[in-house]
Amino acid sequence: MSSPDGTAPPDRPDGTAAGQDQPRIEDLVHEEAGPIPKFGGLAEEHAEHEAEEAAEVMTESGPESKASAAGTSGAPPSGPGKELDLGPVGHLGDRLFSGLARGSGGLVILIVAFVGIFLLALAIPSLADDKSSFLFSRIWEPGGDQPRFGIAALFYTTVISSIIAMLIAVPIAIGVALFITYYSPKRLAQPVAYAVDLLAAVPSIIYGLWGILFFAPILGPVIDGLSSALGWIPLFEKPPGDNVGVVFTASVVLAIMILPVVTAISREIFQQTPIAHREGALALGATKWEMIRMAVLPYGRSGVVSASMLGLGRALGETVAVLIILSVPNGQDPWNSSIFAGGETFASKIANNAAEFDSPEKTGAYIAAGLVLFVVTFLVNSAARIIVDRSTPGNKRPRRNRRAGASTATEGAKS
Amino acid sequence: MAKRIEVSGLNVYYGDFKAVEDVSMTVEPRSVTAFIGPSGCGKSTFLRTLNRMHEVIPGARVEGKVLLDQQDLYASGIDPVAVRRVVGMVFQRPNPFPTMSIFDNVASGLKLNGVKDRKKLTEVVERSLHGANLWNEVKDRLDKPGAGLSGGQQQRLCIARAIAVEPEVILMDEPCSALDPISTLAIEDLIEKLKDQFTVVIVTHNMQQAARVSDQTAFFNLAATGKPGRLIEMAPTKQIFSNPTEKATEDYITGRFG
Amino acid sequence: MTAVAENKPAYEGKALDLSGKSGSRAFKNTLATVLIGLAFVLAMIPLVWILFTVISKGYHLLLSADWWSQSQRGITVRREGGGAYHAIMGTLIMSLITAVIAVPIAVLGAVYLVEYGKGTRAARAVSFMIDILTGVPSIVAALFVYAVWITIFGFNRVGFAVSLSLVLLMLPVVLRSTEEMLKLVPDELREASYALGVPKWKTIMKVVVPTAFGGIVTGVMLGLARVMGETAPLLILVGYSKNINLNPFNGFMGALPTMINQDRTELALQPAADRVWAAALTLILLVLVLNVLARLIARFSSIKSK
Repeated sequence: MSSPDGTAPPDRPDGTAAGQDQPRIEDLVHEEAGPIPKFGGLAEEHAEHEAEEAAEVMTESGPESKASAAGTSGAPPSGPGKELDLGPVGHLGDRLFSGLARGSGGLVILIVAFVGIFLLALAIPSLADDKSSFLFSRIWEPGGDQPRFGIAALFYTTVISSIIAMLIAVPIAIGVALFITYYSPKRLAQPVAYAVDLLAAVPSIIYGLWGILFFAPILGPVIDGLSSALGWIPLFEKPPGDNVGVVFTASVVLAIMILPVVTAISREIFQQTPIAHREGALALGATKWEMIRMAVLPYGRSGVVSASMLGLGRALGETVAVLIILSVPNGQDPWNSSIFAGGETFASKIANNAAEFDSPEKTGAYIAAGLVLFVVTFLVNSAARIIVDRSTPGNKRPRRNRRAGASTATEGAKS
Repeated sequence: MAKRIEVSGLNVYYGDFKAVEDVSMTVEPRSVTAFIGPSGCGKSTFLRTLNRMHEVIPGARVEGKVLLDQQDLYASGIDPVAVRRVVGMVFQRPNPFPTMSIFDNVASGLKLNGVKDRKKLTEVVERSLHGANLWNEVKDRLDKPGAGLSGGQQQRLCIARAIAVEPEVILMDEPCSALDPISTLAIEDLIEKLKDQFTVVIVTHNMQQAARVSDQTAFFNLAATGKPGRLIEMAPTKQIFSNPTEKATEDYITGRFG
Repeated sequence: MTAVAENKPAYEGKALDLSGKSGSRAFKNTLATVLIGLAFVLAMIPLVWILFTVISKGYHLLLSADWWSQSQRGITVRREGGGAYHAIMGTLIMSLITAVIAVPIAVLGAVYLVEYGKGTRAARAVSFMIDILTGVPSIVAALFVYAVWITIFGFNRVGFAVSLSLVLLMLPVVLRSTEEMLKLVPDELREASYALGVPKWKTIMKVVVPTAFGGIVTGVMLGLARVMGETAPLLILVGYSKNINLNPFNGFMGALPTMINQDRTELALQPAADRVWAAALTLILLVLVLNVLARLIARFSSIKSK
């Protein structure tokens, strides 16, 4: 409240005369007492360095940008008392950097487009030569003068093994996610979450080895039991032979492999159940389980569904574990739809026959199969995405540390 | 190194929504001008237009003129980045850079704009910390992270950071709203000191604060929700608080609404 | 949660009515608790089992210095000896090349999505493409590189081709995690920087990215861990070599997954089996070290010390 001078009504048209260098204020400023001594010369420093920096960036970026640099960089010095220079201050860096960022974004689009185009380009000639129905034939003989190949068997095995894997993994994953979020002691939750994530860190070839050598023998009796109970359904009919290397075993191993993915996403969603919902349920006298059924599960449903789809996508594309576990059916055996028989998936077929990529025709057949796999996983992943986008209200999950940015932006907009 | 700000006929839009309408005012150099008014009246928005910070928000645009010593900040060829070097800003919540030490925080404006001379930086940091009344509290731990300070210290650190680049004007957007009373007092003392060198504009919700620190007070209000905010009255602080011209101002100040 | 926990006993303490019904409710509650606990145990079994298997069968070879310094040159499945140096180096070299290519694109792409493209149609298109890329199975990535590198350009099968296909797998992982991290950087910091008259690119480079740095590195580590264990591209794009080959542009190259694959059909032979499990353990250790490192970095970075 100290200085009532310099009082200009808001609409005074010529507020210029009175303002600057008012003697009274000047008197108040003691040269030594004002702990902010006079600043000077630094503004020039800015300008110089700006130019320097622009030059640095320029040398990295090649000759093309030099011309523009010269135009923008040198902001003339503006000292106190002088006319302020508010002109452009060297946005070369800005342009380069945003160009790089945009370029990377574009590159991502290009990469995906190339993947699609190249695979198609190489698959089409082989598909044209295919003497049997690509979609509905179960034969795979891509070599020779009369190439005959179809994906029906591959498609069947791929999809059935992945779906079973998903059916096994999802309930367990939900259980584990609930355990971590609402049941385990607080101190245990984090280590348990890490442990489950650790499952994802085990390379798939090790799952394959472990699965065929140690896990498959354990599953033998389970398979016998299931087939004797449900054997009248073709899906569960047990063909002669041992129980090793069958689709079911691959499915269970796949289930273990996708468990961490499904768990991690479900966990995150469950954690975000609004406290109001949970306490609301408890306030009604719900038991813990009822609270979970009333508040947590409905809130997390779409998240769990999309997590399952992502898990399914993983399982569809898994290569090496399946390659190691599944026994390839003998050429003479009739095709068997049972999950207790062997088989081949898209991925295992392709990986198994890498040695056969000797002629473009054969390679094209495998690429065509890969393309189908690509499309299937894409559809499954898109479905997951659409479910998330559609069912979450407002399309945005609340995020933990978001407080800052969002709130200032909206506040700024309002006040 | 303080400049006069003259605003004439300023409208601010967010997309199609007109947030602030037809503001004209003059802010005197080396004085403290306070903006008061109810929430949502556009005072913060208007403050941001004084250094073009509103442009950070997508869709925000401005009509009208803001003259800084005769230079229109919105004329073509004016770079908002250059404007912000001249018109600094302190925000509602203290926001020191979490990756930087106290020293680096204060020096950040210079460093990020290319000043490398260590001696000069040391000088400026010390001077700015003195200027922000923070030197004695942090001089022994300049290399510690700025985020480790208390809220009030952090805010003064942010003020030190702002004055280190030697702006002409310092805008403060409710700088004390996240602080306790003692820290608030420290900031208010500081504002008193800052006006010796800078033109200070402060948005505040706290009318006592406006009365304590400012020379001029501008009262903003909006006719109704959804209507743009307007400048109702601007006058010397004493006059606004003792004898306002407008009824709305009086109502607000006496606590009849808002 | 603590409030919830306190509420409950108070409520149950009354226990006036509906004893029959609450009996069945209590039973359901217990059943659910048991099932959920069971799910957890079920999930832990394979983890413990696999780790136990691999460690117990593989650890003794890792104790010898030869394992870390020798290749498998001239060693047949029936003979003991040699090491995994060639495979470890191969895995590291290919992963490193992958990271060098993928990380800049991923980080800049994330910067584009968060800082430049936000809300635009182009950004949505990029985001969509990343979703597609996320779902690309490794075998398809490998086939694509095969199609380009070998079928069209006529190059040989080499380590670099593997790296190229791994880029496709690593890119979306790192990009998405970086994007998440950049989003977590409060806008206040960006505004503070702009208010100092700092241009946007410097704000991003010197304020936003450093603030998110720990998270970004964590994402890179996890991405690396993912591609290290990939086997399918190795099977298709490079042959397995028992010799040391450090040149990713020429000749076949050893790698831990293919080293496992090489001998896995000969597990009846003790030397081969030992090597398979030792290689598996080495691979798990590598991946694990990256994971642990990622977590540590994530933890320390949240302290935000200088």
